[in-house]
Amino acid sequence: MTVTRTGPAQEAAVAPSRGTSRPRPKGVAGLRRHVHRYWQLWVMALPAIGFVVLFAYVPMYGLQLAFREFDFTAGLTGGEWVGLKYFRQFFESPQFWTLMRNTVVISVTTLVVGFIAPIALALLVNQVIGRRRKRFLQTATYLPHFISIVVIVGMLQVFLSPSSGLITRVAEMVGVSGANFLGDTSAFVPVYVISEVWQHAGWNSIIYLAALASVDPQLYEAARIDGAGRFTIIRHIDLPALVPTMIVLFILNMGTVLSTGFEKIFLMQNPLNLGVSEVLATYVYKIGILSNQFSYGTAIGLFNTLINFTFLVITNQVAKRVSNTSLW
Amino acid sequence: MSLSALKYRTPGDIAFTVGLVLTCALVLFLTLYPIYFVVIASVSDPTMVATGRVWFIPQGISWFGYEQILADERIWTGYRNTILYTVVGTAVNLLVTLPAAYALSRREFKPRRVLMFFFAFTMFFNGGLIPMYLLLRDLNLLDNWLVFILPTAVNVYNLIIARAFFENSLPEELYEAATIDGSNYFQFFLRMALPLSMAIISVIGLYYLVQHWNDFFTGLVFVRDYDKQPLQIVLRDILISNQAFSGGAGGSGGSGGGSYAQQYADQIKYGVIVVSTLPVIVLYPFLQRYFEKGVMIGSVKG
Repeated sequence: MTVTRTGPAQEAAVAPSRGTSRPRPKGVAGLRRHVHRYWQLWVMALPAIGFVVLFAYVPMYGLQLAFREFDFTAGLTGGEWVGLKYFRQFFESPQFWTLMRNTVVISVTTLVVGFIAPIALALLVNQVIGRRRKRFLQTATYLPHFISIVVIVGMLQVFLSPSSGLITRVAEMVGVSGANFLGDTSAFVPVYVISEVWQHAGWNSIIYLAALASVDPQLYEAARIDGAGRFTIIRHIDLPALVPTMIVLFILNMGTVLSTGFEKIFLMQNPLNLGVSEVLATYVYKIGILSNQFSYGTAIGLFNTLINFTFLVITNQVAKRVSNTSLW
Repeated sequence: MSLSALKYRTPGDIAFTVGLVLTCALVLFLTLYPIYFVVIASVSDPTMVATGRVWFIPQGISWFGYEQILADERIWTGYRNTILYTVVGTAVNLLVTLPAAYALSRREFKPRRVLMFFFAFTMFFNGGLIPMYLLLRDLNLLDNWLVFILPTAVNVYNLIIARAFFENSLPEELYEAATIDGSNYFQFFLRMALPLSMAIISVIGLYYLVQHWNDFFTGLVFVRDYDKQPLQIVLRDILISNQAFSGGAGGSGGSGGGSYAQQYADQIKYGVIVVSTLPVIVLYPFLQRYFEKGVMIGSVKG
């Protein structure tokens, strides 16, 4: 979550050990000098580099499996080249449109609601006067973020149980009887999204609260003198102060437009809701790991990653042009 | 409070304040009540819970759920495994992440730009599940407890946070002074940088800790051997696959809900949620400022 903003202060930082202004030697001599001076830093960085090469870049190399037949003896590098066979198989499969629709519906709904909720919460908490009250509200709303996904889904199951669940009973009290929130296909997305908001809105509001804390108090004073009400102040001072943060988070979120949380959806799946709950990530797991169709699974996974990556790059470019804010 | 209250006293402002208080109360209630309900339901009489007579105060105290949990070996094996993976895993995480973050924070270290790209790229593009699975199989890490430790040894987000902290919080003069005293990078890192960075060590240490504690994916996909499974997998079996009784009895499925066995299974579930989440919830208020600090550091340009 870093924002590139090159400033003079950064460039001015001078390396302490580079005392002279002689042109730096190039080639072998330069390399030897570099190694002599910085070998300790290399040693410190090396374990992390090694882990990332092994567990991030080697799997990327293994993506070629999407274009090859799987060969048990060859492993990661695959066997015979088959080109786009597995992509074609996926696009032509009857599952394709269902999977795409489910994935897009779940992730876009989560994206929109999950994007707005923390902003609204931050604006709300920011209005609370008194440090301790504010802290208490923050502490309480962050708490669910640390509950594990398994426990969250477990809570959903006991609360939404058709016979004895807490939420089912509350629904009965307001006149909705016989609801089966766990099996009903139309309830899956709302249950998923609302529980996401319950768990993460508080935590995701931290960054907005920080942005609000840095608003110049004089702005509020001036607005107050001009007779602005509190809604007007929120609308014209607080909200604009959040825009840069909103853009960065929006770009980052766009990179996940087709990646729904695998674990939560997988845990929430049951035979009754599978028609709306099967998404790309869970399908890859079932095709690849459970039924050992490694090449096919890799192809679907790569398709998913490529779409996400494209969305990220496009949003970043647009944001760069429109608002001068970008990730890189 | 009093000063600000004086300032906001037009009728519109009073209405606003009333609305604000009500909204905050509602948010608080919606956030905390589900957690509170789990706790009281875990010690209440299961029939009372199932028939909707427990709302705010526990009714007909029953410890049946906790007795079952205490006797259930799966939970304690899971607990033991999770503690092992969490402690070893977090130690490895810190040993790998902190030195690298420090190296990448040195402005005179020119390759750091390329290296940062090399790390950050993996946040947005990856090989996906199947190549990872095959790699771990080739490395003999499937069904091996090291699979909980090694593949997640570096979290790039945490690396970036730590780097930003080193870069912005260690005064450059300090390093210059240490260099004059003949201190090299290793010595400076160990004697100066680390002791001055306890804040960031706590932050990313806690992030890693929570990540290991809540890790469900690794056990699901890469491990078959039940003796090696972490707590989250055991929780899945009890909470979601409805195997509340280790003997296999209580799972009357969704259809037979409301039944006697189902009620007791539900009480075990409430208890299991409490037992597994308690460490996090109890420690949380004390650690919260560290977690929050991490978000702040991470959001500043490093």
